[in-house]
Amino acid sequence: MDTFFLIESVVKIFTMIAAVMGLATILTWVERKQSAVMQDRIGANRADIFGIRIIGLFQPFADAIKMITKEDYIPPFGNKVLHMIAPAIAYIPVMLLFAVIPMGPPLEIGGRIVNTQIANIDIGLLFIFAFGGIAVYGAVIGGWASNNKYALIAAIRTSAQMISYEVCLGLSLIGAIMIYGTVDLSQMIAEQSGHWFGWIPRWGIFIQPLGALLFIPAAIAENKRIPFDLPEAESEIIGYYTEYSGLKGGLFMMTEFIEMVLISALFSVIFLGGWNVPWLEYNGFNFPWGGTWTLNIWVVKGMQFGAYFLKVAVLIYFFTLVRWTLPRFRYDQVMRLGWRYLFPLALINLLITGIAVVLFA
Amino acid sequence: MEKRVRELKVDYGPAENIYWVEVLKGLWITNRHFMVNMWRHILHALRIKAEKGAVTFQYPEEHRPIHHRWRGRHRLTVKQNGAMRCTACMMCETICPDECIHIVPGESPDPNVEKFPEEFYVDALRCCFCGLCAEACPLDAIRLDVIEPEICGFTRDIIFNKEFLMGLNNDRPWEEWYIENKTDSKEK
Repeated sequence: MDTFFLIESVVKIFTMIAAVMGLATILTWVERKQSAVMQDRIGANRADIFGIRIIGLFQPFADAIKMITKEDYIPPFGNKVLHMIAPAIAYIPVMLLFAVIPMGPPLEIGGRIVNTQIANIDIGLLFIFAFGGIAVYGAVIGGWASNNKYALIAAIRTSAQMISYEVCLGLSLIGAIMIYGTVDLSQMIAEQSGHWFGWIPRWGIFIQPLGALLFIPAAIAENKRIPFDLPEAESEIIGYYTEYSGLKGGLFMMTEFIEMVLISALFSVIFLGGWNVPWLEYNGFNFPWGGTWTLNIWVVKGMQFGAYFLKVAVLIYFFTLVRWTLPRFRYDQVMRLGWRYLFPLALINLLITGIAVVLFA
Repeated sequence: MEKRVRELKVDYGPAENIYWVEVLKGLWITNRHFMVNMWRHILHALRIKAEKGAVTFQYPEEHRPIHHRWRGRHRLTVKQNGAMRCTACMMCETICPDECIHIVPGESPDPNVEKFPEEFYVDALRCCFCGLCAEACPLDAIRLDVIEPEICGFTRDIIFNKEFLMGLNNDRPWEEWYIENKTDSKEK
């Protein structure tokens, strides 16, 4: 435990929290604006500071002021303590998951290699499964402690849906784990650098297309967003946060956005090669048709950071697109999709991957 | 018994049953809308002439073009000497289905006229713009005109008083006003 390590860790933690919370704040704006543009509308653009409105970017501040100044209502006859801590139980595990998500390529500073993960632990993906499993408790406890029928129904739906799709989520990734032979996320990205036949990038989506296809619905279901938003279902039951007002309800909402960042980062790390750019190596671009474009090492690192961010941003765009396009499933449809289609398909994917790994490795 | 409910039978093909194909089609439609609208918004931001990226009218700043047969703004007409035509006969207040007209009658200063309204209020939030008041008025004292009422603006002063209603203080026919303020949808 030396000083360098301490400073490095503190800087990484603050960078990560700032990046994630900033992204989640901007996502409230992105969600409004993207849905508006998709539906030929304009979207929230009235919030201004001294008459300046930069296309509604001040809306998150207005939201924050509204939430902070709202009455903090605790329903009588409910469990007050659990009602208070349920948003934190939902929020903290999701934030903890970012400890193992890499922010970019490893850097070399002063002769030392600095990993851009906060915690460079070997069990990366298992850590994510473990704490992702805890995240369900926040919603369930919050719904139960509210002493509200609709919140309780939502809590029951949450527990059923989240536990079902946890299985599919895990199984859809096991194929990738078998091929990479590791659960450490930065190790996974390292496995995906390089090319097949000199020109196809070795990204996970090319060897695990079915796994990637199964990961997306399972991840959206874990994220509790449309078309799997039965825990919320604003139009039928209001959701497990019916009785939450002010910043506590806002924390549940923020958790949803942070989870969206999380699954986008996870998908880009496991299936899209993380920060790998096709044909970009440590010395610059090596094109398959023979050309070489030599670049400074810091330019290469910057491009890799940019590529990683771009992948996450495109995935967030895609998930928001899905959320504003598809209608909500019925409850039995969700369960049927999860157990009768996704689960067997994930098992088939596992079988094929296993055979391929035994034959070719 | 006659079957009164018509059953809707839809033959789903294989593409609909697989569901993924239809999902991708739907995503393609919304994505196309986003891309086209975003492109138009960017062109607008760069001051390049393009089609509107959204169908929204930004209301208090930007008004919808109104049709020339629109009747949306109450107006009390005056005589040539500037006095009100209204004699507070209460016909409009009586016929008003929304009870949005409220008149306080008083003795007129003009010896030839018996009564006149000391106060005349129209609550535009209650009004359904049926035009029955204008129809009931025996003296053509109240009219509904082509002007758009500022009901949902920022101020929300929507209980019109006598001075406001006489504000368009003239006895012109609406056509003249309309020619001055061309707001017909055909003109755009």
